[in-house]
Amino acid sequence: MKLDTSGLESTSPFFGSGDELCPELSAAPSFSLPLSTDDTKATLKHAKGTTTLAFIFKEGVMVAADSRASMGGYISSQSVKKIIEINPYMLGTMAGGAADCQFWHRNLGIKCRLHELANKRRISVTGASKLLANILYSYRGMGLSVGTMIAGWDETGPGLYYVDSEGGRLKGTRFSVGSGSPYAYGVLDSGYKFDMSIEEAAELARRAIYHATFRDAASGGVASVYYVGPNGWKKLSGDDVGELHYHYYPVTPSTVEQEMAEVAGA
Amino acid sequence: MVLDSHKLIAASGEPGDRVQFTEFIQKNVSLYQFRNGIPLTTAAAANFTRGELATALRKSPYMVNILLAGYDKETGPSLYYIDYIATLHKVDKAAFGYGSYFSLSMMDRHFHSGMSVEEAVDLVDKCILEIRSRLVVAPPNFVIKIVDKDGAREYAWRESVKDTPVSSA
Repeated sequence: MKLDTSGLESTSPFFGSGDELCPELSAAPSFSLPLSTDDTKATLKHAKGTTTLAFIFKEGVMVAADSRASMGGYISSQSVKKIIEINPYMLGTMAGGAADCQFWHRNLGIKCRLHELANKRRISVTGASKLLANILYSYRGMGLSVGTMIAGWDETGPGLYYVDSEGGRLKGTRFSVGSGSPYAYGVLDSGYKFDMSIEEAAELARRAIYHATFRDAASGGVASVYYVGPNGWKKLSGDDVGELHYHYYPVTPSTVEQEMAEVAGA
Repeated sequence: MVLDSHKLIAASGEPGDRVQFTEFIQKNVSLYQFRNGIPLTTAAAANFTRGELATALRKSPYMVNILLAGYDKETGPSLYYIDYIATLHKVDKAAFGYGSYFSLSMMDRHFHSGMSVEEAVDLVDKCILEIRSRLVVAPPNFVIKIVDKDGAREYAWRESVKDTPVSSA
């Protein structure tokens, strides 16, 4: 199956071999990329330890994610940016391999900009998600781990797609990806109404991420909430989930039932 | 999905392969029509699909099972069963997936050649009812599509879970 190696080319294909600038970098790499066997796939199978969610509502798209990176049982970072800004009107979420998500989202941003320059109009969310899905499909079986949602606002209004490294691509109105997703789905589905204000939707997203981080060990850190509207995306909040816990469930001083007292005499 | 004006494809299997392979077949069928001015027959499309699956089988197989249905003016309606290891079989009735265990016997019992559209949809509804009651992982929603002399089109939906509608801004 012919691989899409355009992500690995360093010079633009429009300008020929670009021999004035960098003569040795004009060709795509000539080594053959290895097809991973079942063993490799098993060892590289990342559990996608994270919670990300996105949903479409009346005012646009709400995107939220936690910020914990875990390597097995070790928390490697509590401050990972899991919502990737592809361009000023499109966001991508990160679940799976951090490097894979960051690189391919950046690559997608490049492709979207090239589309804008070539066609004098912005790319649609449908088009952007299909570009990413096709790239990921061509690397199937080679151990990429990407579970992402592409959220944006284009001429047809708000758009939300789920794209993963298995080659799946789904259009939808509510998605949650990662090990904490079942917990987030429960809160999200029960509290969802299409007619919500931006503040209500942000609070629902924040609450869903908080509950997922409460129950899932691989999710935690900071709950970031972004809003995508007709004028592009805007970061709404980034709250530490530990602080959110005491905000939602404040500690009430309880009456003392028994108190230890000194024993009179020996 | 609608393959061309008088052909339908139903596909099941791995999500990436399913979409990419069926879209690949759809575009190639369109290309033939553009190049040659006439559409492919259902048999030709089925054999092309099987050929593609067979070529890829010993390298990186497509894990997709396909039911290809079409109507040709000369030969009438036909149905082809194409599974992921490139089996090709022209049949009257077929099913794929866990639901097939229930649907196939239902169809064997009630199918006869020369059924009307109402009888056929009734048979499909019987199968859906059986799948809903017996299959643990039964999907909530079904779509019924039909292909006849007037073309390939969506006929009806059988939904038990309706998603909240999204209105575009």
